[in-house]
Amino acid sequence: MSVKFSFTINGKSVEGESEDRTLLVQYIREHLGLTGTHVGCDTTQCGCCTVHINGIPMKSCTMLAVQADGCEVTTIEGLAQDGELHPMQAAFRENHALQCGFCTPGMVMSAIGIVDRHKGEKLDEKTVRHELEGNICRCTGYHNIVKAILAASEVMNEAQ
Amino acid sequence: MYEFTYSKASSVDDAVDQFGAAEDGKYMSGGMTLLPTLKQRLARPSDVIDLAQVPDMAGIEVSGGTVSIKAMTRHAVVAASEDVRGAIPALAKLAGGIGDPMVRNRGTIGGSIANNDPAADYPSSVVGLGATIQTNKREIAPDDFFLDLFETALEEGEIITKITYPVPDRAGYMKFPNPASRYCIVGVMVSQKGSDVRVGVTGAGACAFRVPEMEDALASSFTPDAVADIKIPDGDLNSDIHASSEYRAHLVTVMAKRAVAEAIA
Repeated sequence: MSVKFSFTINGKSVEGESEDRTLLVQYIREHLGLTGTHVGCDTTQCGCCTVHINGIPMKSCTMLAVQADGCEVTTIEGLAQDGELHPMQAAFRENHALQCGFCTPGMVMSAIGIVDRHKGEKLDEKTVRHELEGNICRCTGYHNIVKAILAASEVMNEAQ
Repeated sequence: MYEFTYSKASSVDDAVDQFGAAEDGKYMSGGMTLLPTLKQRLARPSDVIDLAQVPDMAGIEVSGGTVSIKAMTRHAVVAASEDVRGAIPALAKLAGGIGDPMVRNRGTIGGSIANNDPAADYPSSVVGLGATIQTNKREIAPDDFFLDLFETALEEGEIITKITYPVPDRAGYMKFPNPASRYCIVGVMVSQKGSDVRVGVTGAGACAFRVPEMEDALASSFTPDAVADIKIPDGDLNSDIHASSEYRAHLVTVMAKRAVAEAIA
């Protein structure tokens, strides 16, 4: 069986068709060739597959492709604008918030969600550490990731 | 995942019709439990009927001493709701502690309650706060809903539409989460409304249950000390790699104490 759906991804519209059971992350990686979104655990725990659905972070390994029908999907590839990194990406680079980089796309997408949820507030380390509970990193010990998110939140709040 | 046929329901009646026509249908709300279950091939429905497009299935209403939450309301919405935080802060806290932010952005209250996972958070709120479950057919009383492991009073094809909580005088929720999954090893919701005291436990048994002995003790003295020496029998409790039944029994007392302390804080 197959299903048809349409959504926009990183501003481009997609008219898609897949098996009913195709996961959104599989569709993004294998059909659209956007391999920045990773599959780490495939069990909704590690957060590597995090994308934004209508601006809200969700785990694309635990959504069917057809469930994105009518939605705006943003992946890590859609963050940089005109060749300029998103403030969160820039802060990750600046603070050396990655080692192997596998979890990084999901970390960045989740981190933007954290800043969005606390718009206008001064984020603290405790909040960031707590709200990263859906993302697992096996290299960094999280320290520089937390630093990067705190730094980016200041830039993002100023930009508003 | 085994193959299945996906369809969207346009209304509750349409969902029920589709369910009736399917060989082995399964409703999907947020899919936060259903999809992992399908991925592990623990279920093999012929049809997955998505409720996400059904209009008017999400929203929160506070009026006349009750908080009504429609079934498709996401956990993140309940956790952030000023209305819920004002009326029943313990319920907002419970919703904000489910899974992780991404799971809370998709998972729904109706899905959690209908699924009745023994380690889910929301079932403790139904028995611990005395919520009424509204379905497309009827109202189900809080103490009649959860029957056993993944088993509820819902009939084939019946859909939860709304959960209505009476606003208590005070309530507290405390859970001991599994450090990896954030599911409850034990979670306890306590509440007091006039002379009515409820203690709802999740994670410990096959499904959420009340602890009458603790309720009686709290009715005479709503303090942590009142439950400190009440031990529940561990015979029928869950035992797995995460916690033995003896440990879970111990945690019920500890979490109940802390929940009462939170309620009176």
